[in-house]
Amino acid sequence: MTNGLFSYFADPVQWAWAGVMFWLVLGFASLLLQRSPHLLSRLVFPLGALGALFIAGVGVAGLLLPASAVVLPIGLPDLPFHLRLDALSAFFMVLLGGAAFGITVYASGYFKSMAAGPLALLALWYHLFLGGMVTVLLADDAYAFMVAWEVMALSSYFLVTTDHKVPEIRRAGFLYLLIAHVGAISLLLTFGVLQGGHGDYTFDTMRLAEMTPFWASVAYLLALFGFGAKAGMVPLHVWLPEAHPAAPSPVSALMSGVMLKTAIYGLLRVTFDLLNIQIGWWGTLALALGLITALYGVIFAAVQSDMKRLLAWSSIENIGILLAAFGLTLIFYTDGKGALAALTLTALLYHALNHAFFKGLLFVGTGSVLHATGVRHMGHLGGLMRFMPWTAWLTLIGALAIAGLPPLNGFVSEWLLLQAFLQTPGLTQPYLNMVIPVAAATVALAAALAAYVMVKFFGVVFLGQPRDPVLHEAHEASWPERLGMLWLAAGCVLLGLFPTQVIGWLAPVVSLLTDQSLVNDGNWLMLAPISAERASYAPLIFFAVVATVLLLTFIWVRRVYHGRVRRSDPWDCGYPEQDARMQDSAEGFGQPIRQIFEVFMRVERETPDPFSRTPHYHGASLDKAWFIFYAPIARVTNWLSEQAGRLQHGRIQWYLIYSFATLIFLLVFTTR
Amino acid sequence: MSTGILLQLAQTLLAILLAPLLMGWVNQCRAWLQGRSAPPITQPYRTLKKLFHKDAVIAHNASPLFRFAPYMIFACMALAAGIVPTVVNDLPFSPAADVIALVGIFALARVFLALAAMDIGTSFGTLGARREMLVSFLAEPALLMVFFTASLISQSTRLPVIVDTLAHQEFVIYPSLAFAAVAFWMISVAENARIPIDNPSTHLELTMIHEAMILEYSARHLALIEWSVALKLFTYSALGIALFLPWGIAAQGDMAALPLALLIMIAKFLLGGALLAFIETISAKVRLFRAPEFLGTAFLLAVLGMLLHFLLEV
Repeated sequence: MTNGLFSYFADPVQWAWAGVMFWLVLGFASLLLQRSPHLLSRLVFPLGALGALFIAGVGVAGLLLPASAVVLPIGLPDLPFHLRLDALSAFFMVLLGGAAFGITVYASGYFKSMAAGPLALLALWYHLFLGGMVTVLLADDAYAFMVAWEVMALSSYFLVTTDHKVPEIRRAGFLYLLIAHVGAISLLLTFGVLQGGHGDYTFDTMRLAEMTPFWASVAYLLALFGFGAKAGMVPLHVWLPEAHPAAPSPVSALMSGVMLKTAIYGLLRVTFDLLNIQIGWWGTLALALGLITALYGVIFAAVQSDMKRLLAWSSIENIGILLAAFGLTLIFYTDGKGALAALTLTALLYHALNHAFFKGLLFVGTGSVLHATGVRHMGHLGGLMRFMPWTAWLTLIGALAIAGLPPLNGFVSEWLLLQAFLQTPGLTQPYLNMVIPVAAATVALAAALAAYVMVKFFGVVFLGQPRDPVLHEAHEASWPERLGMLWLAAGCVLLGLFPTQVIGWLAPVVSLLTDQSLVNDGNWLMLAPISAERASYAPLIFFAVVATVLLLTFIWVRRVYHGRVRRSDPWDCGYPEQDARMQDSAEGFGQPIRQIFEVFMRVERETPDPFSRTPHYHGASLDKAWFIFYAPIARVTNWLSEQAGRLQHGRIQWYLIYSFATLIFLLVFTTR
Repeated sequence: MSTGILLQLAQTLLAILLAPLLMGWVNQCRAWLQGRSAPPITQPYRTLKKLFHKDAVIAHNASPLFRFAPYMIFACMALAAGIVPTVVNDLPFSPAADVIALVGIFALARVFLALAAMDIGTSFGTLGARREMLVSFLAEPALLMVFFTASLISQSTRLPVIVDTLAHQEFVIYPSLAFAAVAFWMISVAENARIPIDNPSTHLELTMIHEAMILEYSARHLALIEWSVALKLFTYSALGIALFLPWGIAAQGDMAALPLALLIMIAKFLLGGALLAFIETISAKVRLFRAPEFLGTAFLLAVLGMLLHFLLEV
């Protein structure tokens, strides 16, 4: 008996499924614990975090072991679930587990003060969400994939609308649900095309299906649309800045850090694995869309004054960078430059992993600020570094990492990507040779703007003077929260300092998709893709030199001179009535960006009448995509429904006449 | 290897020690050109010494970040100065960071300075931080384009290889580099807070960028920041020399060439400093919102250089 059980759990894919089942059981068990909120936050969430750690471990095993598959006896008759764990799924499971562990540990502290009833429901949706995401990664047929995709979408919808009594949050949730389902329909059609008339929806059949370039392109475009809607590709990004601020912070962290990556996973799976031909212009399209998304996202991030909205826009930017990397991988791959495709794909996967950690960290950091102050608007924050030093310093690591500063992790993936951009002179199409370095400059611009955004985010929220007297009562985050943030921050540091090791672990994924792996020409200290003559980066030496110089300078200054300090008031320019309101506001900090990039925005300004007794200023930078893409669609939909509404009079006679006319019509139609 | 490390340490120390001298030289030239009597060339050292001796005055609400930032900035600049070849090429630290990572080091120092400027919460500090980040996000892509152009010729982003290709191999004229050099000049002017983007010798609230950020600093912290500023100017000059005028930098292991290399380096720095002072004297500071135009021009020049490379040199 035990023997049989062991053989049943012999492969990593079965362990992974066991992990999913554990989460499901945990989720439903939490419904039974409605009476005891302490147990919910102190038992259920830590156990869920252990599940995440287990999933990450299974992911590591999946990277090392050969692919394994299993057919589960659940699902519809004759339509069982096929699951398979290969290196690609395994990598994304490591990403999911790694980030979700920190976030869930954090959540056990964050949700402590929530009422028991809503918390039990939240715990259910939370674990369903985690399980759904893992199942998306494991799915090996279209049916299982779509079911898992929907579980993921619906559970995250319920998580977003946790505070469903607030109208804006209901609206945000609806928008999210709508765009998620438009995307899901597109994915359904993708799989319809991919099965190529076989009527068999397992991925194995799809891998074998011979596609004409036309149908392959149709499938690719549908997938790009469907996954793009989930990832937040411009112009399908509008739900992100609404849904992320609406959700509780750990949920925003999971959605932004992990869920968006499942879309990248799907895109890689469909393009490189399920389709057996790839065409060059697909890459150019994805590259262009990615660059637009990156630039658009970061520009809007710079003008936000709500801290979570700012982070949501920054997620759009990062998705843009991932899409651009994906496009470049396709360009290299279709051009027969396997080694370069491997380099770009490595940069993509690395950046996905990095983003899960630093964006998770930043979102949970805003959660602690929100708990301590109850304020999301940056105009009412400031100076929190003195009241919550743990949160501030840990968030600073995340902010520096996302700004792409060495020696943290964001810089590594950016460096790899820029190296890949620089290798284009080998391409066969001359126009790409010239255009792609300019694309690299766009990536550089987005990265530099990201630094601007992060200085604004960290500077306005944590530095300066408190803009509101209430902030003096701000309290530090609880211990589970600190531990969760510590884990994520440690991830940012370690991924930044040991890139050669990480790239070694990525090798199976890269060789699975591009049939090549990245050659690291340097030693374990030094990252040198392609060859050590071309480029090299050694973060450990970097870190060691900076730390040594820092220490030596400090000791030298103290020894040779002194360390005397006198405290006084800041310099007031001879104008004594300075107060905290005179600091730069979030809007003020974004003003140069608004001025330079006004073409991308619809700026609404309300300036008061000079004679007004109660002057009122208002300024907003609105997303033009709403007015270009969504408003016309909404108008057309409205118009169509109005036209349809003419048929409805509410009188029974009319409806009888309709049925009668239909009947006559059908009779004529069928007897002819 | 051990001589390599010794040379590396010597070169880094040399850069750290000579950087204020370059600053003094530029100030002296500028004073001459403007018809003022010049301060002695060692004036920056005296200023530093005076500052180190003073007691630090720090605002009541300063966080540890404020006191940490000057050391961090100084360390970043020291690393950058150690990586750029000035006298000897291809030293042991150089594989630690290529030109892209060098941009990263400068960005790291800048972000810390901007954050420290926002820490006290005075209106000037945030104003300066905002302007500094504005200039930097415009300059950074242009700087990368310059580096890309240079790296297209040598097929490498590593400075030693770039220097080696230009200096120690057959002499070829690259038109693309001329454009890149002009672009690089414009960028380094902006990045080092010089005229026409910023003016290091004024504290006028309407115009200042860098000075607004360091208003709250005093004594040893200010000294470290001033020293980092000098070091940054030194590093940028060394970078420009390495990319566009690398002749004379000794190849690694070529001990005999060292004295000559040192002399050539000093000559280049003297010339470069004088040129900087001259250009600063004949130009006026532009409005802040003309900075995008200025740096946009630099970016376009760098792009033109790169296109020229594809058209003429491949």
